Amino acid sequence: MSGGSGNPVLYLDGVSVVFDGFKALNNLSLFVEPGELRAIIGPNGAGKTTMMDVITGKTRPTEGTVRFHQHDLTKLDEATIANLGIGRKFQKPTMFDALTVFENLELALKAPRGPFACLRWILTGEARRKIEGVMEEVGLGARAHDRAGVLSHGQRQWLEIGMLLMQDPELLLVDEPVAGMTDQETEHTAALLVRIAGARSVVVVEHDLEFVRALGSKVTVLCEGTMLSEGSIDHVQSDPRVIEVYLGR
Amino acid sequence: MTLRFVLLGALLVLAVMPALNRLPADSALHVSDFLISITGKWITYAILALAIDLAWGYAGILSLGHGAFFTLGGYAIGMHLMRLIGTRGVYGHPTLPDFMVFLGYKELPWYWLGFDSFPYALFMAMAVPGLLALVVGYLAFRSRITGVYLSIITQAMTYALMLAFFRNDMGFGGNNGFTDFKELLGMSLNTANARAVLFYASLVLLVVAFFLCTRVAQSKLGRVLVAIRDAESRVRFLGYDVTQHKLFVFVLSAVLAGLAGALYVPQVGIINPGEFSPGNSIEAVIWVAVGGRGTLVGAVLGAFSVNALKTWLTTVAPDLWLFALGGLFVAVTLFLPRGLIGLFSKAKS
Repeated sequence: MSGGSGNPVLYLDGVSVVFDGFKALNNLSLFVEPGELRAIIGPNGAGKTTMMDVITGKTRPTEGTVRFHQHDLTKLDEATIANLGIGRKFQKPTMFDALTVFENLELALKAPRGPFACLRWILTGEARRKIEGVMEEVGLGARAHDRAGVLSHGQRQWLEIGMLLMQDPELLLVDEPVAGMTDQETEHTAALLVRIAGARSVVVVEHDLEFVRALGSKVTVLCEGTMLSEGSIDHVQSDPRVIEVYLGR
Repeated sequence: MTLRFVLLGALLVLAVMPALNRLPADSALHVSDFLISITGKWITYAILALAIDLAWGYAGILSLGHGAFFTLGGYAIGMHLMRLIGTRGVYGHPTLPDFMVFLGYKELPWYWLGFDSFPYALFMAMAVPGLLALVVGYLAFRSRITGVYLSIITQAMTYALMLAFFRNDMGFGGNNGFTDFKELLGMSLNTANARAVLFYASLVLLVVAFFLCTRVAQSKLGRVLVAIRDAESRVRFLGYDVTQHKLFVFVLSAVLAGLAGALYVPQVGIINPGEFSPGNSIEAVIWVAVGGRGTLVGAVLGAFSVNALKTWLTTVAPDLWLFALGGLFVAVTLFLPRGLIGLFSKAKS
């Protein structure tokens, strides 16, 4: 249960990020195990997004260690980190509206990317099965031949997660997946994230506590750039420091 | 009546036109020489429209300078036609075209060498536009110049070429360009036979170009291009080298436009720098918009219908044409965003 055991996929130790004297992250440590589903919560400005930026190479830490397996992420650029197997879903889904769900996933599939290779590309049975597998996983099997542009907000989020899955990430970072979703979509998304964790690690940043409860995973509470509390949702919700941050002043 | 039937019917009508031209002039089915040569010209326009649609409709590259590629292809064949005139020119010089004798050239400039060979001229009609597209496209796409900025650059490209070709010392006949062509591939140009051959060559190229463009559009490359058109940075984020994909389609499009120009010039019998005028390129984009972009069929349909309208209107009311063209563009944008082709799919659903 507690971090540090075994070989974590993601290893953050003593990470600080300072912007013009403001400490966005302050001596933050975090370990994510292989196949683990982890929820990160915290009030606005707690450093959730900055933490994601540090992991994906968008922001460099002022000090501390950030490792993905043996790779030192503080020295790699965004594209290299993405190719190592860290996929990140941004808050605002972007996909290709004129293409179908199937075609969107096909473009995300790992395959030669040059124009001539794309011109000669033939959809093999293996590729088709892989795309269909991901469509089932994210619950869009019935929408395979609908244009992405006609999908609902929730379905667009799932397609975006599907596009990330096509690239076989070992670690998936998901930023506020349920913002603006209906209750039913939120429920579906929680089930989806629980389902896809296991085969890969998933880190979810969210501030909808009901959703985090539905994930049933270990929860890390961030506040002012540092870890405030960690454990099950019941554990952190009964932690007086968390109650103070969320409810009191 | 499905679109496919209409297309097949249209193709059939085009295919028999030169045969009907051979009927006696008093026959009800007789097709005039004028109609043959003007339709042959429209076919080359349709190929240019296809080329523009591939770049604009799929990859979102709105080139307002495709007329330059078309005209360069035309000049390449024009140089060949000039070399074939030989001693039949006014000055009767065996190697130098008339305008060079007139301007006091002593020998053929180096870049005219080789143009006495038809295969070489045909190769240059593809290579020169292709190379220009490669250089301009590489510089623009690498710097991530898109949208209206790219359109302005392509517009400047064709304008610059127009100014350059207007100069006598460029060695391309200045503002008179090339004309008075005599023969091509052993055929005397001003004969029904030559008109039919050029007409069929254009028709075959149109069909080949159509299938080639369809092949590109229906491949995964076509889907990557559509993705680039709609969300370029997201495509890059998926690991595609967007510059390479755009260059591929831009160069292919330029080569097609060059070939179209190469078939245009022997049919109209003249090529001059006026063909580089930015207005021509814009007009070609309007054909595509009117027909329906991103459909290929629409581009062909647009090229034929707008030019038919132009031929009719410039006969009955020449002053109105530019207003009609502008009005047409506005009307299509407002009421038929998917172009004429949108009427077909609307009727279907």
